[in-house]
Amino acid sequence: MSDRITRDEVIHVARLARLELAPDEVDAFTEQLARVLEHAADVESLEVDDVAPTSHPLPLANVYRADEVTPSIDRDEVLAQAPFAEDHMFRVPPVLGEEP
Amino acid sequence: MTAIELSAAVRSGERRAVDILDEHLARIEERDGEIHAFNLVTADLARSQAEAVDSAVAEGRDPGPLAGVPVAVKDNTCTRGIPTTCSSRILDGWLPPYNATVVDRLAAAGAVTIGKTNLDEFAMGSSTENSAFGPTRNPHDTSKVPGGSSGGSAAAVAAEFAPLAIGSDTGGSIRQPAALCGVVGAKPTYGVVSRYGLIAFASSLDQIGPFATTVADAAVLLESIGGHDPRDSTSIEAPAPSLLDVLERGVDGLRVGVLTELAGGPGGVEGISPDVIARTAQAVAALEAAGAEVSEVSVPSATLGLTAYYLIAPAEASSNLSRYDGVRYGLRVDASTTGEMNTASRSAGFGDEVKRRIMLGTYALSAGYYDAFYGKALKVRTLILRDFAVAYEKVDVLVTPTSPTTAFGFGDKTADPMSMYVNDVCTIPSNLSGHPAISVPFGVGDDGLPIGVQILGPAQSEPIIFSVAAVLEDVASKGGAR
Amino acid sequence: MTWSIEPTLPEGWELVVGLEVHVELATATKLFCGCANRFGSEPNTNICPVCLGLPGSLPVINGTAVKYAMLLGRALQCEVRPSVMARKNYFYPDMPKDYQTTQYDQPTNSDGELMLADGFTVGVERAHIEEDTGKSTHVGGGGRINDAVHSLVDYNRAGVPLVEIVSHPCLDTIEHAKAYVSGLRDILLAIGVSDARMEEGSMRVDANVSVRPVGSEELRTRCELKNINSIRSMGRAIEYEALRQIDLYSNGESPRQETRHWDEAAGRSTPGRSKEDADDYRYFQEPDLVPLVPSAAEVAAIDDAMPALPSARRSALRQLVPAVSVSVEVIATLVDRGQDELAIAAIGKGADPEKVVTRLQHDLAVDDFSKITAGAFADLIRMETSGELTATQAKQVLSEMVETGGEPRPIAESRGFEAMPTDDLAGLVDQLIADHPEEWSRFVGGDDGDRKKMQGFFTGQIMSSTKGQADGRAVADLLAQRSAG
Repeated sequence: MSDRITRDEVIHVARLARLELAPDEVDAFTEQLARVLEHAADVESLEVDDVAPTSHPLPLANVYRADEVTPSIDRDEVLAQAPFAEDHMFRVPPVLGEEP
Repeated sequence: MTAIELSAAVRSGERRAVDILDEHLARIEERDGEIHAFNLVTADLARSQAEAVDSAVAEGRDPGPLAGVPVAVKDNTCTRGIPTTCSSRILDGWLPPYNATVVDRLAAAGAVTIGKTNLDEFAMGSSTENSAFGPTRNPHDTSKVPGGSSGGSAAAVAAEFAPLAIGSDTGGSIRQPAALCGVVGAKPTYGVVSRYGLIAFASSLDQIGPFATTVADAAVLLESIGGHDPRDSTSIEAPAPSLLDVLERGVDGLRVGVLTELAGGPGGVEGISPDVIARTAQAVAALEAAGAEVSEVSVPSATLGLTAYYLIAPAEASSNLSRYDGVRYGLRVDASTTGEMNTASRSAGFGDEVKRRIMLGTYALSAGYYDAFYGKALKVRTLILRDFAVAYEKVDVLVTPTSPTTAFGFGDKTADPMSMYVNDVCTIPSNLSGHPAISVPFGVGDDGLPIGVQILGPAQSEPIIFSVAAVLEDVASKGGAR
Repeated sequence: MTWSIEPTLPEGWELVVGLEVHVELATATKLFCGCANRFGSEPNTNICPVCLGLPGSLPVINGTAVKYAMLLGRALQCEVRPSVMARKNYFYPDMPKDYQTTQYDQPTNSDGELMLADGFTVGVERAHIEEDTGKSTHVGGGGRINDAVHSLVDYNRAGVPLVEIVSHPCLDTIEHAKAYVSGLRDILLAIGVSDARMEEGSMRVDANVSVRPVGSEELRTRCELKNINSIRSMGRAIEYEALRQIDLYSNGESPRQETRHWDEAAGRSTPGRSKEDADDYRYFQEPDLVPLVPSAAEVAAIDDAMPALPSARRSALRQLVPAVSVSVEVIATLVDRGQDELAIAAIGKGADPEKVVTRLQHDLAVDDFSKITAGAFADLIRMETSGELTATQAKQVLSEMVETGGEPRPIAESRGFEAMPTDDLAGLVDQLIADHPEEWSRFVGGDDGDRKKMQGFFTGQIMSSTKGQADGRAVADLLAQRSAG
């Protein structure tokens, strides 16, 4: 087992990502992610303080849409795709916790 | 027949689109049970489109440059009312209420959408083994993978199920399977083809592109689907590149660089097999013989591309794939709270590789690790852009292998994710830089399986890299690649 | 504007409040798609692949929303800088993509301020662009989120453009917090970028509240108050929270950092259920959108188009009227009603400032005064000041001017208004006193209440017998004279 990422971190990350892992999956992911992160050491150790990050390959800016209404889509078509719909709305189990 | 020949025959009235469709459907019927290029064959849709093309011709209207040409579409591209799965259980039963821009453009060009092709789940993979619906087989050797993630599209073209196919390329997902299946595949400059309706894997890297059996066919397909789309903010505000006009201009006087670090050179990436290196060298020699000025060019940061990619792509993916939560569409595994329902649905709906990348990306973005991983990777992206800019002061195009090896066997690389990831080492830099690249078949390896050579160029250099690829295609067709 | 007596905190404590105000922009369409930005539609009728976050859809930002945000930024004296959109990642069923497209480390507007009527300056840290979420209805359990049997989600609001205005934690009193929110609302209405209705949720306030010993500079643990739906309710919520925290400290305990929900009916807040996940939103730059880079010329054009803001209008009027007789509140009221322009113009034409303000404040409170020209209004005030018209007559003329937009002199003439000569009036007053000895003795000998009441009685009688032609002030003077004599 590598020290690049711990089991607890894997469990924490899985919770953030809303994934449930069985104990053996936690082991496997810990091992596999550690190996990927091992490879990431070449990037992690780079001295690049003076380099600006690039989030996007194109130097585009200011792409705007005109504030004009375009037709919405038929809600029945959309709601037909929903696992559960009721009263023209999407039905979900109780929501616990607060909206951030 | 090539797509260009088929289209000409349909437009002249010499052949009917429905007959062409039937021939292709017959081949699919005969062999796709074994190959599994398609998740879905859209025969009814295709027939109505083919009939419309035939009517147009009969009425003296021009159906467009792809008149009556069957096109296979990767199943991560939205098709209205037709299942679009990303080869994932999480999109079980989903019927998109809209078409991707490329799907509309294909129809406008007279193409016939013949089916939706298999892929690694959410385009995450290099072998199409990660499909929830089973792998695709390489038509050249069905014991081998077709590459991925657009393995279904590559195999469909290689098996002559369709003369053309649409793929998407985030780290090599068009070019690598094109190389392994012995067809032409191109990743255009980021922003040349609209991403609207392409189900996102990694938004800043994804680009739709063509598969074809010839460079000219790939060119006509790209001309048909490219060009500005106001629904994609990252779309370049320019028409599709004109490619066919310039395809024959050759390489006389063109400056061609061999990208040292990705072509088996010293200090470069390891693991590129000798036969692939040899073919690449042969391709470079062929270009020199055709009049190009050849030199070796270093792009030092190219070796960091793989790592940067495997931080950036999962980071974006972890966010892009959050929406699969069981609320609005797709798979839902119910539970007593919404949070538990989200978790149950996602855990049941995603395969292991997708989970792995979501986990990796979530980790790379999370508090305390952002600067060390994601932040650093974005800086590597800057370095790669800088190094390419320097290289393109010296040369017009760069040449590398497309894939480090020829097609490999099922299960050979599934145990260790890293061994699979290195398949993308030569293709990834173009995604990080946003530059175009094309893979063209050039001979075979020691195992008799196809090898692809990759031509890279700066942003919007499609006319140049396609014409270089056309020269190599010509050389190979005359037996010059062996 | 609401003005209330400041509740006092226990001796030795002071309040530290920072406000996060979310404002829905009044654009025709949503932030990233062409769906209508409309309140009150049938559920899920203003939706499309983009605002539903369907796989494959992509956002394209609404240029008008960006312009409105910059206009608001400049109205708050912010720096408008090149900015980028970012993703804030967390799961919530109201949020179709399970991330919110917002701004993080590069917001459009930063480092602004808002000066309140009393001169107190509230620092604005940032005013950034983001998208709104959908809305859930919680079914069962009396509609309370934590007791619901299930919830129903409507995405009409998902993707509506918002600006979140974040103040520094610098508000030191409830009155300042209220005045700040009122001031923001005034600005929003003045520049026309939002209808700023707290009751419809187009303006929403979250309050970060902490307390500290007077004189200390520390920032103690704060609680975030949510579900505040009026300015008044905000005042109550902050007061409750401050007292709760002081209580804890006084008992040797400390508040926990938490989100608390204000229950207006119960007059108290309750802690929100703590989140399962720690706050790790994994912000990163939104790769589907490109940077917003306004040119200097664009920012200059926004400044040029900026209408006069309430604070500037208040001080313009303030300078023309005597501070002793006209309060800050009255000035603010006139500006809120949009009467400052008429007042300033009439004063400019020589009308008595105090009289101008009085007439506007009391006699044009609800009327549509758009037909009244500054010249006619100034004439009316001059006629009243010179004694040509009594106060009562002036009011009657004014109400006809509201209807017809006419000049005051012809209106007064047509009604036969001439102020009654004081001698005639004295006779009437003396007669009235003689006729009502009981009332008169109460006026002369009663307490203040009696005197006031009887003054009203006598004045009313005179007004009624003269059909309003008597000058009320002259009547009062005569009554005072007679009682003294």
